[in-house]
Amino acid sequence: MKKLINDVENVVKEQLEGMAIAHPELTVKFDPYYVYRSDAPVKGKVAIISGGGSGHEPMHGGFVGKGMLDGACPGEVFTSPTPDQMYECAKAVDSGEGVLFLVKNYTGDVMNFEAASELIAAEGIKVQNILLDDDVAVKDSLYTAGRRGVGVTVLAEKIVGAAAEAGYNLEKCSDLCRKVNQYGRSFGVALSSCTVPAAGKPTFELGEDEVEMGIGIHGEPGTHRMPIKSVDEMTQYAAEQIVDDPAYSRTVREWDGSDWEEKVLVDEPFAKGDKVIAFVNSMGGTPVSELYAVYRKLDEVCKDKGITIVRNLVGPYITSLEMQGFSITLLKADDEILKFWDAPVKTPGLTW
Amino acid sequence: MPMNKTQLISWLGRLNEVYADKKEYLTDLDAAIGDADHGINMNRGFSKVMEKLPTVEDKDIGTILKTVGMTLMSSVGGASGPLYGTFWMKGGMLLGGKEELNSEDFMNFIEAGVGGILQRGRPNLGDKTMYDLWAPVLDEIKVCVAKGDDVSSIVDASLPVAEKALADTIPLQAKKGRASYLGERSIGHQDPGATSSYYMLETLKEVLN
Repeated sequence: MKKLINDVENVVKEQLEGMAIAHPELTVKFDPYYVYRSDAPVKGKVAIISGGGSGHEPMHGGFVGKGMLDGACPGEVFTSPTPDQMYECAKAVDSGEGVLFLVKNYTGDVMNFEAASELIAAEGIKVQNILLDDDVAVKDSLYTAGRRGVGVTVLAEKIVGAAAEAGYNLEKCSDLCRKVNQYGRSFGVALSSCTVPAAGKPTFELGEDEVEMGIGIHGEPGTHRMPIKSVDEMTQYAAEQIVDDPAYSRTVREWDGSDWEEKVLVDEPFAKGDKVIAFVNSMGGTPVSELYAVYRKLDEVCKDKGITIVRNLVGPYITSLEMQGFSITLLKADDEILKFWDAPVKTPGLTW
Repeated sequence: MPMNKTQLISWLGRLNEVYADKKEYLTDLDAAIGDADHGINMNRGFSKVMEKLPTVEDKDIGTILKTVGMTLMSSVGGASGPLYGTFWMKGGMLLGGKEELNSEDFMNFIEAGVGGILQRGRPNLGDKTMYDLWAPVLDEIKVCVAKGDDVSSIVDASLPVAEKALADTIPLQAKKGRASYLGERSIGHQDPGATSSYYMLETLKEVLN
């Protein structure tokens, strides 16, 4: 393992210390870990908080700032943060308008955010959490923990963050977030494994001529392996997994103010005539030049399917340490989504 | 003989040593079907428990168990943080004021703890999780208590049940947690969470004998 680290035990702490020095507009707390806008709580504004394991930078800490997140809770590398982090973060950023947790659908994240929501609600703070589950590689929720939250998380944080900045209340922010999630779908491909610092060796072994299809963002193996092919062929495969994905139904748990409520949500497939935001993401070790090669083919596949890309994002935004690979996310975009996508944002990881 | 506070403290101390010893093994089990951090997380959690323990070791058993739960909840992360956190906390909430645990107290501790796992994780039997170990163990504990066994005999009798339950997780296909994403590829691997749970019983047997 070759990494820029001092002591394996202190990887996350020292990286956060560096981030705090580099970005004085953010405040970083260490006991427990959380990052928030130095100007929070912002009067009259719903607080948007996300969180998850470290190792996905710039997500989530890098998306804290005006027009996006109010706070982020980083866990250890690839390990969900703990309820005390979310609890302290929520107390630091709540202006009285309530907090919305954006939670990626991983068992650990879900359980820790649920425990945190219960604690926060007991403090009298309004809280809502919306699950993000856009990974089409996972085909069902009956035999699995359900679709993972991957690329759509970045887009949801941007869009819902802008809506909160524009004055949406907690309920409207939650509704918009749920819609973004239901309109978005992703698929990921790994060309190499990554190495979790504390483990010290690659999570899986992949032959020189093999790729892992349908991966998540934690170095976990995907749904299957196949021989490496040209970028066009791999892009076409990934794009078709997304565009041809049928309707998806699952039960999610949302906090109704006093208890957990189960809701059945159904996503409709993409259709000819859809306008989309296309997001081509590096898993960390793939250069942007190769992402443009992916984008080139993605644009062609979308055109063939009668889908128009109206906005795009290309780059490393939700990574998996130094893993080589890419993911594609397509998000059906209506006027409300586009308006908030285009709204100004100023964070270390995303600015316009 | 009931289980006393000294035994409880020794149990936690031994668990800390065991999770340090088994850190790599648990992480390897997790790397096969999960995300390769279970051993690291359990080791971190119980190291924190050891740091906290001196502040509560003269308190009642309920307080000690709640402190263990809170500490694991706020230091382990992942799925095992809330699951083990809830397990110990629920036990602690029942046992306020106790200076020792008789057989029924012990059964109530495990039953409340397993109830906590069910509430938080909503597992079903056969999902390939720690619940696949705890469900048959709890059944065995109840049988033993009905027979009038003491805590030590209960743990002795539960261990082979746990051992079998652990081996029985190997052929299962995971339906919860990260392992579920592997589908059939999760078959043939022992569940890391059930394994770390097994160490809880194995270590307790050691301490009680």
